Amino acid sequence: MTAQLAPEAPGAASLVQPVAATGWRLAVRRFRHNTLAVIGLAVIVVIVLFCFVGPFLYPTDQTHTQLSQANLGPSAAHWLGTDAVGHDVLGRLMFGGKVSLTVGIAAGILATVVGTLWGSVAGYVGGWVDAVMMRVVDAGIAIPALFILLVISAITTPGVGGLIVILGFVSWLVPSRLIRAETLTLKNRDYVLTLRAIGGSHARAIGRHLLPNSVSTIVVAATFQVADAILLVAYVSYLGLGVQAPATDWGGMLSAGLTAAYSGRWWLIVPPGLAVILVVCAFNAVGDGLRDAFDVRGR
Amino acid sequence: MSILTTTDLGIAFATESGTVDAVRGVSLHVEPGETLALVGESGSGKSTVALAAMGLLSGNATVSGSAVVDGHEVVDAAEPALRKLRGSTVSMVFQEPATALDPLTRVGAQIAEVIRNHGDVSASDAAARAVDLLDRVGIPSPAARAKAFPFQLSGGQRQRVVIAMAIANAPKLLIADEPTTALDVTVQAEILELLRRLAADTGTGVLLVTHNMGVVADFADRVAVMLQGEIVETGGVEDVLLRPRHEYTKRLLAAVPRLAVAPAGAAATGGSGPVASAGPVASAGPVASAGPVASSGDPDGRPGAAPVVDLRDVSVTFGRGARAVHALQGIDIAVHAGETVGLVGESGSGKSTAARVALGLIKPTSGSVHLFGSDLRTARGRDRRALRSGIGVVLQDPVASLDARMSVAECIAEPLAVHRRGMSSADRRKRIDEVLDAVRLPRTLASRAPRELSGGQRQRVSLARALVLSPRLLVADEPTSALDVSVQETVLEVLRELQDDLGFACLFVSHDLAVVQQFAERVVVMRQGVIEEQGTTDTTLLHPTTDYTRRLLAAVPVPDPVLQRRRRADRLATLAAVDA
Repeated sequence: MTAQLAPEAPGAASLVQPVAATGWRLAVRRFRHNTLAVIGLAVIVVIVLFCFVGPFLYPTDQTHTQLSQANLGPSAAHWLGTDAVGHDVLGRLMFGGKVSLTVGIAAGILATVVGTLWGSVAGYVGGWVDAVMMRVVDAGIAIPALFILLVISAITTPGVGGLIVILGFVSWLVPSRLIRAETLTLKNRDYVLTLRAIGGSHARAIGRHLLPNSVSTIVVAATFQVADAILLVAYVSYLGLGVQAPATDWGGMLSAGLTAAYSGRWWLIVPPGLAVILVVCAFNAVGDGLRDAFDVRGR
Repeated sequence: MSILTTTDLGIAFATESGTVDAVRGVSLHVEPGETLALVGESGSGKSTVALAAMGLLSGNATVSGSAVVDGHEVVDAAEPALRKLRGSTVSMVFQEPATALDPLTRVGAQIAEVIRNHGDVSASDAAARAVDLLDRVGIPSPAARAKAFPFQLSGGQRQRVVIAMAIANAPKLLIADEPTTALDVTVQAEILELLRRLAADTGTGVLLVTHNMGVVADFADRVAVMLQGEIVETGGVEDVLLRPRHEYTKRLLAAVPRLAVAPAGAAATGGSGPVASAGPVASAGPVASAGPVASSGDPDGRPGAAPVVDLRDVSVTFGRGARAVHALQGIDIAVHAGETVGLVGESGSGKSTAARVALGLIKPTSGSVHLFGSDLRTARGRDRRALRSGIGVVLQDPVASLDARMSVAECIAEPLAVHRRGMSSADRRKRIDEVLDAVRLPRTLASRAPRELSGGQRQRVSLARALVLSPRLLVADEPTSALDVSVQETVLEVLRELQDDLGFACLFVSHDLAVVQQFAERVVVMRQGVIEEQGTTDTTLLHPTTDYTRRLLAAVPVPDPVLQRRRRADRLATLAAVDA
């Protein structure tokens, strides 16, 4: 099994062009060749700018109800019309998007961080510690996230911070499994064994070898987690468990607009629905692109 | 008529970094009943030619020229036509028997499936023929074994099953790609014997792809030597191996480590007769004991000074209860300053486990490990770290040995970062340059990524890292097993020179007896966790006292077809005598 592993100077060097780029530069090049991923990245940038910079260019009042302006169709004054209490829908899309994106991204990152810590400790320590920690994960995956969310919302009404923590803690399980698998393969690499043999510490093995080598896995996992979390925010808000009025997010807007769907006021539903779909697809495309970019095997 | 003819075969792969010409202008032919060995180092394109003959190249390959199997053109052939050829007219044996079989299907059923794919055979007839085939490939109690799953068979038995599948439809051409590379030498000898017998009985033509000149000498009728995608020399096996014409073939053969063997008969008597040289370079073989400690040659191999590392009555058991695996059972190994001890044995013999115990990576279940005179069990904290700083390690896999995210300099400097925290970065850089010089790598490599280096260069970087703290003990676990022979030669040369200069002790783990014979002054032969015998390399490997060592030595194929034919006959006679 061994002789094929070593590309050697006289045989292979002249056949395979030396790749001068470093790992990161190579990854960036691969990512740029992935059209879908680049489009995804562009969509994310545009939507983030839309939500966070847009309100300065298109200021609207999102706190006071103006019933005189309720349920207007799209016009020059209100590009996407107004909702049932007179809020400008385009402005509300930005206003709600801020919450959706903030909660989604923060909860996705929180889930990845918790999952990374949990999974890497389980994988590196191994033995019964690993067994116990992974049974906890199995148990967590066995309980539907929706059930947990319903119970929590029955007890308390979360704000933005609370929502981040809750969503983060229902979605760290999958990344923890991923990172554990990665750690298991990395900790038995020859360079880690060599380090341990000459007396290197666990801290060094983790800090210098395991973490840097798992970064690509972690980044990819985080991207998918963010996409999932944004969807989850929309989901819980739609069920009325999200942030409370006058604050809103895209899921909340969908929920509020649903009653108007049959009376032809499409502008209440289509914009937030499209926004959620676009952002989730974009994050998934970027995640796919990153995964391919980092994957050095099979190429 | 030739069973396989390729004419001006060219194969190019489209890859991310451009088109790679893997094979250029290869013309060869295999006659019925003949074995053609396609030899070359990694990247020479030998496996690509074999895959092309099966029409199994990946989608990014473009093929020019022609490859005709039994009158059928394979290049540009449609998939249905290829499927009809594969498995019936031409079949293939791959390197790794573990992955060639479906783990969830009984082996009898897997063979029967191959039979039924190519003929209108009833299920019960196919099953009966599967049992016949298992019998033919030498599997004991074939009817019972046909019901076994692959994991219930040993590696050698699995490869026999793979061969049974390959010959199930009496193919006219058998392509064997490194069929014995993943196997132990004794198993390799059996599998080669089996392939030879099957080919002779049925008049099957064999295309043997291998890097092992010993296997070529043992098995092939003709040889084609490949270099960088082209055939540089072809001819009869004796012509090519004994009287090579091309410069590359000569270099390749010179680099093959040769096992020096006692003349037939002398091994049994244990006498100290003259050494039969197994080839032109064998004279350089077993005389390497001129190291700094010339006194280490006494029969016990234990001079007065305390050993650098001393394993006493070490046992290691993995798991417990009925599932316990006794990896080591009461072994004693000592390595003294300046000497090299070769640890040899087949897979599962416990040689790597013993090396890891010496390194402190595995805690012995019982027994003691003394490193530089201190007990590794009682040493704690700072003392333990200090002990560890005297060790250098080189492991087998050139890819996994270096962290791909670090530069060469960072890799080499890692032991300094662990044990010499106060060292200034200028001193550190100076030390890195010194060890790079020592392993004969250019200093400019320091800033490169390991990925940009060849396998041999990577192993030398590993060696540089092992030497950066000036260790008193170097543990090398199969350091050259993944390398081509020419590269292996350079790495071993560097290692020997450094040992002469620096005088470190070396525990050298290897499955390759020829390498150990050249490299070690003393040798420890292990088998199933027990030491079979140990002594000076000259005595133990030329005049072994145990049957096991004798069998091990007899199974090593030497790259000289004439000598190998005699050794094969001797080996079979010995085995027959044992059976009788």
